[in-house]
Amino acid sequence: MTAILDLTAAQAAAAIERGDLDPGELFGIYRERAAADELGAWTWVADAAPVAFDVGAPLRGVPLAVKDLFCTEGVPSQAGSRILEGYRPPYTATCVERLQTAGATLLGKTNQDEFAMGSSNENSGFGPVLNPWDRSRVPGGSSGGSAAAVAAGSAPWALGTDTGGSIRQPAALCGIVGLKPTYGTVSRFGMIAFACSLDQAGPLTRDVTDAALLYRHMAGADARDATAVGHPDEIGLPSAERLDGVRLGVPVELAGGEGIEPGVLAAFERSLALARELGATVEEVSLPTADRALSAYYVIAPAECSSNLARFDGVRYGLRVEADDLLTMYTETRHDGFGDEVKRRILIGTYALSSGYYDAYYGRAQRVRTLIARELAAVFERVDAIVTPTSPGVAFELGSKSADPLAMYLNDFFTVPMSLAGVPAISIPCGLADGLPVGLQVAGAAFSENRLLDIAYALEQGLGFDGSPARGGATP
Amino acid sequence: MIDRDDVLHVARLARLRLSDAEADRMTGELAKILEHVERIGELDLDGVPPTAHVVAVEHELRPDVPGPCLSREAALAQAPATQDGGFLVPSPQAG
Repeated sequence: MTAILDLTAAQAAAAIERGDLDPGELFGIYRERAAADELGAWTWVADAAPVAFDVGAPLRGVPLAVKDLFCTEGVPSQAGSRILEGYRPPYTATCVERLQTAGATLLGKTNQDEFAMGSSNENSGFGPVLNPWDRSRVPGGSSGGSAAAVAAGSAPWALGTDTGGSIRQPAALCGIVGLKPTYGTVSRFGMIAFACSLDQAGPLTRDVTDAALLYRHMAGADARDATAVGHPDEIGLPSAERLDGVRLGVPVELAGGEGIEPGVLAAFERSLALARELGATVEEVSLPTADRALSAYYVIAPAECSSNLARFDGVRYGLRVEADDLLTMYTETRHDGFGDEVKRRILIGTYALSSGYYDAYYGRAQRVRTLIARELAAVFERVDAIVTPTSPGVAFELGSKSADPLAMYLNDFFTVPMSLAGVPAISIPCGLADGLPVGLQVAGAAFSENRLLDIAYALEQGLGFDGSPARGGATP
Repeated sequence: MIDRDDVLHVARLARLRLSDAEADRMTGELAKILEHVERIGELDLDGVPPTAHVVAVEHELRPDVPGPCLSREAALAQAPATQDGGFLVPSPQAG
């Protein structure tokens, strides 16, 4: 069993293809571990193995964890919110459907910050998730359940979503790989929306090869999402061992060291040294507006959220607090159903969009977004990728930042600029600081996933990060 | 600077009741967040166009022909209350 747990998803698929591994046995092992999970990573686990596995399809029946906010037909899809408790959608999200068609099997749904708003998974309506490296610490968020499940070995791989860092930051804090693809390459149809111009689905996996394999089968245009343009290239499996001729940029405004924990900075600098040994050149680049990205983000994302979350009104699905009149039913349902962080963001967004404030907040934030996208595009004319730490710190103690929303938001300092520009970025584990994983973010131009995955793969081989300590023990 | 009345006004616009304790706490938290956000006020943005969306998408119209869609039963199945094949809500007339 231990040997099976040590297989990556791609290795498990290959073993099934060779006839060396029974997909039912694989599913059973993971199902048992997910059902016994003590980290709070799961909100629903499949009762039993499916009747049949599609072993002829490329993913060979390998089980998949899916973040709660993806609609899955007949299966609870609650987006981490009490306002959607027990909701079982009548349809399945396009990207989940694509993966099922490619042979993936739904293992269960994973816990998350409510409506993907948070960086610690403490905002879930269904309880926090614990970090498998240290159970007194958070796994990051908002895809915290997906990251913890993959790190702890209760899922071979998982789907998440990233709006401002919600795949990359939990991947970093849990010592796994997380890819936020180019905006628009994966359909958002069936993803319960937070901020439509930023939300993007992506893989959380044990290694870069698994991320490439899962992403390959997620990407694609979709008639049901007008912004889903697909990917112009076939996503390959990475194989680069060297980085000769690759130009990496370190943004001086982001990686200046201020606010970065010393252990994170040390691991980041070791990664740069390795990149040079592998043949890359590393140079300083400038993104003058990037340090304002977070400010713009905390206007744009809440503005879109306040509009998207208007649909939770007690009429068509989810919670209803009974009242004698319609307005009271709305206001009481939303009062009882939403958690604190969601309420904060609805209020900020409504304020930023309200008459008299629109130009000063939303209008300006959209212009800042233009500057950031232009600056990144200009840098990608010169370098193949930019590198930063994924998060300024390692996993923090549960409760240590929940009283200060702004301190929590600063977790996204390095990840938000790429989200605003819609460009792809991957986080890979690059070492430990005080026994906790550190993530390295590698970001590239729009649609450059293949090159990004190759760079990440070469670094991964050289770094030789060992994620097995988080999978230790008989049950996760 | 946002004050308690602003917060309650915005909450009404957002159809969200806040308890007194929530309104007090949110006023302080929102003021701190907005102070951070207002750093974008320092930038020179003259002549910079806004970006609403990063992907240049041409809106295409689909052919106007009937196709499969959710059944009425499926659409109503998760509703808290239904009647005569529709969603049932309390009266919009207060009290």
